[in-house]
Amino acid sequence: MKVSYYPGCSLHATGKEYDQSMKLVSSALGIELKEVDDWSCCGASSAHSTNFDLSIALSARNLISAEKDALDVMVPCAACFNRFKMAEHHLKADKELKTKIEDIVGTKYQGGIAIRNPIDIIFNEIGIDTLTAKVVKPLTGLKPVSYYGCLLLRPPDVCEFDNYENPVMLDKMMGAIGADVKNWSYKTDCCGGSLAISKTSIVVDMCDKLMKAAREAGANCVVTACPLCMNNLDMRPSRGLKLPVFYFTELIALAMGLDGSKETFKSHMVDPRPLLKQLQLI
Amino acid sequence: METFLEEVNKKINGVPLQRCYHCRKCTAGCPVASHMEYNLNKVVKMIQNGKRDEVLGSSTIWICLSCETCITRCPNQIDIARMMDVLRQMAIEEGVGAREKNVLKFHDAFLANIKMGGRINEPLMMVQYKLKSGDLFSDAVMGVEMFMKGKLSLLSPRTKDIKSVKDIFEKTKHS
Ligand code: SF4
Ligand code: SF4
Ligand code: SF4
Ligand code: SF4
Repeated sequence: MKVSYYPGCSLHATGKEYDQSMKLVSSALGIELKEVDDWSCCGASSAHSTNFDLSIALSARNLISAEKDALDVMVPCAACFNRFKMAEHHLKADKELKTKIEDIVGTKYQGGIAIRNPIDIIFNEIGIDTLTAKVVKPLTGLKPVSYYGCLLLRPPDVCEFDNYENPVMLDKMMGAIGADVKNWSYKTDCCGGSLAISKTSIVVDMCDKLMKAAREAGANCVVTACPLCMNNLDMRPSRGLKLPVFYFTELIALAMGLDGSKETFKSHMVDPRPLLKQLQLI
Repeated sequence: METFLEEVNKKINGVPLQRCYHCRKCTAGCPVASHMEYNLNKVVKMIQNGKRDEVLGSSTIWICLSCETCITRCPNQIDIARMMDVLRQMAIEEGVGAREKNVLKFHDAFLANIKMGGRINEPLMMVQYKLKSGDLFSDAVMGVEMFMKGKLSLLSPRTKDIKSVKDIFEKTKHS
């Protein structure tokens, strides 16, 4: 399948491991990516916290650009995904707002393309069976807890994500590539996201709580699908509580034995290579 | 004259806050409730009681992370997360400012960065934030480590049609 691809700022910076592994996995699974033309930042929480019209217009500019390709748009960053879904929701529900935003952006918004995250695309379009069949090196001994965070799922009527209090898509994918996924009740708890820099101590508390829970569940790593979750979980927990954190696409690439799949591990703040070596996975 | 409650409800543009029956489910699920000086349903009550200055001047509205747990769980579909956005915007527009100054300074630095290049340039944005907040040294060690690992780069591609982004900022600016 072919989709248009909105990397967002994070995937070109601190989240580049997500971008790299996403590209490897997509090409191996037959998902062709067409980058959205001349995209700009979605505005994230800084826009919606301070100026509603700005937040909708910044997202709309990108949605309008993506519409030119007439393909579903794949949005890997949970924060961008949330902002796009939110903009779509408001633009479809409120005609007056739509007119106002079109005037601000200077082009018409059609609302004709689906905004999707890669978990949904890989799970529902490629499927667990295909994924399983492509595994050459099952991740035996790896015990992740899956961490969905908030913005992929909530609010549920906007994000249209299945099973928003106990999502299972990531868990099933990790199972398919041979990992021993641990169950825990913090899958959708918040990591503190946008306050990481301005109220760091709160975020440290929140990340510590998550890491303690992951350890209690018997996990030896955490798997995520969001560059902001990754940043927080990889950097903010207190010493002694940290665990390696992976993007789910890095683990899929590793299990599929893809060329270049080991390249992204070296830039993690918590080096995951000792764990992977110990389990003889690299 | 419009009451504070009517004003907030109009901006939320959804389920009116009076629908709240104070079951406290929102507060129970809020990950940062313990860091806030008022519980979420207390804020609703204060709005109903017209406590404008207390609400707009509170740190509560700036501690909210927009995790959307409250709206997800409210039995009456009251959008507390949206209410928080509305209250922050009112605090800015009315010149009350932000009780949690650095939170707003961060947002300002973030938006200034988008306006400049269309996309976030993380190191530059951090410098902009640090200059605004005066919080120069926290995270410096982490920043150096991130550079060493190649996670941060000074040169990242920008949006080419930067005028279209700047126009959006101009046209949505509060007078
Ligand atoms: S989530 Fe952040 S980094 Fe990604 S596009 Fe939106 S604002 Fe830019
Ligand atoms: S970064 Fe944290 S706050 Fe943001 S989506 Fe991920 S979990 Fe939620
Ligand atoms: S969950 Fe809804 S009804 Fe219950 S206290 Fe919160 S806002 Fe009010
Ligand atoms: S959106 Fe804000 S108020 Fe609602 S639960 Fe999350 S942090 Fe609390």
